[in-house]
Amino acid sequence: MAEKISDDFNYVGKPVRKVDSLSLARGEARFTDDYDIQNEVYGVFLYSDIPHGRIREIDTAEALSIDGVIDIFHHGNTPNTLYTSAGQGYPEPSPYDTRLFDSVVRFVGDRVALVVAESEEVAREAAGKIKVNYEELPAVFDYERAEEPDSPRIHADGEFPKIPVAYLPEKNIAAKIDIGFGNIDEGFKEADFIVENTYRMQYASHCATEPHVARAYYDDRGRLTIVTATQVPFHARRIVSMVLGIPISSIRVIKPRIGGGFGGKQEVILEPYVALITVRTGRASRIKLSRKEVFVSSRTRHPMRVRLKTGVKKSGEITALEMDALMNNGAYGSHALTVLSNAGSKVLPLFNKIPSIRFRGETVYTNLPVGGAYRGYGATQGYFAFNQQIDIITRKLGLDIIEYCKKWHIREGETSKIFEALGEGKEGVSQVIKSCKLDECIDRGAAEIGWYEKRGKRRKLDNGWVTGVGMAIGMQGSGIPLIDMGSASIKMNEDGSFNLFIGATDLGTGSDTILAQIAAEVLQVPVDKMIVLSSDTDLTPFDVGAYASSTTYVSGSAVKKCAEKIRKDILEVASQMLGEEVSGLKVKEGTVVSGKTGESVSYSDICTYSLYQGGQHQIQAEASSVMPESPPPFIAQFAEVAVDVETGKVKPLRFVSAVDCGQAINPVLAEGQVEGAVVNGISYALTEEYRFDKKGRMVNPSFGNYKIFTAPDIPEIKTILVESYEETGPFGAKSVGEIAINGPAPAIANAIYDAVGVRLFETPFTPERVFKALKSREE
Amino acid sequence: MKADFIINGRRESLEFDSRATLLEVLRNSGHREVKSGCENGECGVCTVLLDGIPVNSCMVLAASVIGREVTTIRGLTEDDDTGLSPVQEAFAEAGGIQCGFCTPAKVLVTYSLLSRNPQPSDEDIMNALDGNICRCTGYVKILDSVKLAAEKLKASGKESRKERGK
Ligand code: FES
Ligand code: FES
Repeated sequence: MAEKISDDFNYVGKPVRKVDSLSLARGEARFTDDYDIQNEVYGVFLYSDIPHGRIREIDTAEALSIDGVIDIFHHGNTPNTLYTSAGQGYPEPSPYDTRLFDSVVRFVGDRVALVVAESEEVAREAAGKIKVNYEELPAVFDYERAEEPDSPRIHADGEFPKIPVAYLPEKNIAAKIDIGFGNIDEGFKEADFIVENTYRMQYASHCATEPHVARAYYDDRGRLTIVTATQVPFHARRIVSMVLGIPISSIRVIKPRIGGGFGGKQEVILEPYVALITVRTGRASRIKLSRKEVFVSSRTRHPMRVRLKTGVKKSGEITALEMDALMNNGAYGSHALTVLSNAGSKVLPLFNKIPSIRFRGETVYTNLPVGGAYRGYGATQGYFAFNQQIDIITRKLGLDIIEYCKKWHIREGETSKIFEALGEGKEGVSQVIKSCKLDECIDRGAAEIGWYEKRGKRRKLDNGWVTGVGMAIGMQGSGIPLIDMGSASIKMNEDGSFNLFIGATDLGTGSDTILAQIAAEVLQVPVDKMIVLSSDTDLTPFDVGAYASSTTYVSGSAVKKCAEKIRKDILEVASQMLGEEVSGLKVKEGTVVSGKTGESVSYSDICTYSLYQGGQHQIQAEASSVMPESPPPFIAQFAEVAVDVETGKVKPLRFVSAVDCGQAINPVLAEGQVEGAVVNGISYALTEEYRFDKKGRMVNPSFGNYKIFTAPDIPEIKTILVESYEETGPFGAKSVGEIAINGPAPAIANAIYDAVGVRLFETPFTPERVFKALKSREE
Repeated sequence: MKADFIINGRRESLEFDSRATLLEVLRNSGHREVKSGCENGECGVCTVLLDGIPVNSCMVLAASVIGREVTTIRGLTEDDDTGLSPVQEAFAEAGGIQCGFCTPAKVLVTYSLLSRNPQPSDEDIMNALDGNICRCTGYVKILDSVKLAAEKLKASGKESRKERGK
């Protein structure tokens, strides 16, 4: 039921200031490393400097003799429980293939030992004094060869999947998918021609400005408290409990302000170790990764090879589509199944009229850094292939790609068999699209970039560079249906303010603010009447955490439900006070007004009455939400680039995104999500890459050598929020956190082709790669 | 060693290691508003003003700034326990703050830029922000924030001139 259109909202749809902006702007807000914790000890990891080997012996004697060293942990003196560091719902779809410390090291950067000392310097010094004797094992770095019989096997020590899914470590396969419908062979036969291409995307680092950091201490009640930069406080608590065998009831996890996540902190990397230190030493503990450690030893975007085969009729109709994905998970299988699955599940429903589809995928282990969740989550890799393939097909047929996309994309009232076939480690959930404004996105974006004036014109700039434009479209999801759960509780105070407690995790995205806006809209009070407290496992109810574009839609629905219960209670108390039926009352600007007499009572009086006078009780409520579907936001993105044919340099000139995210709860924050994702996506498309030497060692683990876009690099960026209303979402909202990162790479690739006629099947589009493509075209 | 530092206009007598960076000394003495993102001069989140000029405090030896004016973001609202300076206001209003980890640096860079160049072009702004990474905003709303800050400062300058003229 569409209860309102946006103009009628008072607090939703407004560019309300972030609830934490004052303290952040003053520099007062505390991040994990900013807490004053007394008597703390420091943990520093020793990492493997070989890509694959078995530890014969660890000699810690000299290191332990250094003044200030307290203890050294390694595989010989810590629990060897298998788990996954992926912060996902339980039971996790990622394989249990990780131990705190293992007797086998699997990549350069794998954890060998943890030194605990009175200071960070002493711990670092001691880490350098530990002698490790390895039996070196052969390594495999090329993920396209990981399954070959002569490639070494990376996991052969009891690793297992927690849920019944294909897991074949004897082939280096961490996950496998094979689904389809229709008759793929017939489909290809019916086609007039086949387009088949292979696309590749590379490793990348999230580059949150705040490096991973966690701290632990015993509070005055003797409870183990972990303060951590995490996207998943409740998963962190569960995993720490399981790995260390400590009851959940003894652990409290607090997420303070956090300096960006982007998926990199959806991973329980440090929490078990700080907990271990505190449990073993009784002292408060801290581990903070250096930037180099973040690059090498935290998590990355999974590299992926996507082969797309499409059978196409002269009319443009696609008769069959086969997607074949191969994903590199590095040494451990974090998110092995689900990122792979999303390359298909977030992409293939978009052209839902294709009668026959097959999606095959495998995730393999290699002796390289570990993949994990990264904004876009497989859809980025899938859309890179899909959007170029569509550009190729329409060019071949001389069709207008704008009209073509508008003709074939999924529409309101339609469904796709993929929704049902592909879920998170099990079958998905079927759904009918209730809101899709992709046509408007495409039209408005095209107008904004000046598509028809620019496409195919190969305008020359004064410096000789040639320009072109390209497009990409896409969809994502809003949470994981029937899996992700968010909850909220609210209590009322006698000055008419409310405490809003949410498990949801604000990574800087502004979710504390938009959840407060949702509650404020229900209760008709200014947002500053909502006192938000989030992400503290002792104080706030459960939430899966910030991932899968779920917070606005899933947690937002819980907040809305909860606020509606409060509103009901408020109206009942007011009805006693005013002597009037509830049905004649309504809430307005922090008061309850009688429809009959116009008489009103303030929230403050209502709460005071309920606490001290009549029908005494605390006005409070809680609610949880699990959503039966995951309505996709839609986007159309357009790049204009200039290419220097002499050097292969590519400069993005303009980038336009038009997005249907349902009702934007806070348009400024929604735009901010799109803009941040776009620049990250452009930077990934053009410059970001991990370079390895022959031993699998990353040779550029610093911002100086791993180039990410900064202010002077960015093109002119324009974001259009297309008006839309999702009836299943809180006040019409869907999601917006991830979707915009998927379009930059294909839109830029398509624009490069438009400019200079070369096709780039592999990111990043470095000058060398573009130059090579230009050269080979000449030959 | 021990020496007197001038931090946000106040003299602070601090014990420190002769090899310590300004970042270390500031954070160890409770100035947690100065953030650390790489400790290698490559991200800018540790920016402070040294005699009004932005520097990466992780690349400056503490010993070299004794007697010089160090300003952290807290220095911008020193006389005011709850308020925001116009530059901070602008960032909060224009959406220039997402996670906020880079905000102290961005605000200081803006403050310094606008004090030298009250009406910067977009290019001036982007160049001033070079080396100051923000992974959240894509810089679009940071640019908006700096422009809004310039307007706010201009308006408040006019105000105070009017005040003085009275
Ligand atoms: S911490 Fe100083 S520049 Fe990164
Ligand atoms: S706001 Fe997060 S890094 Fe700038």
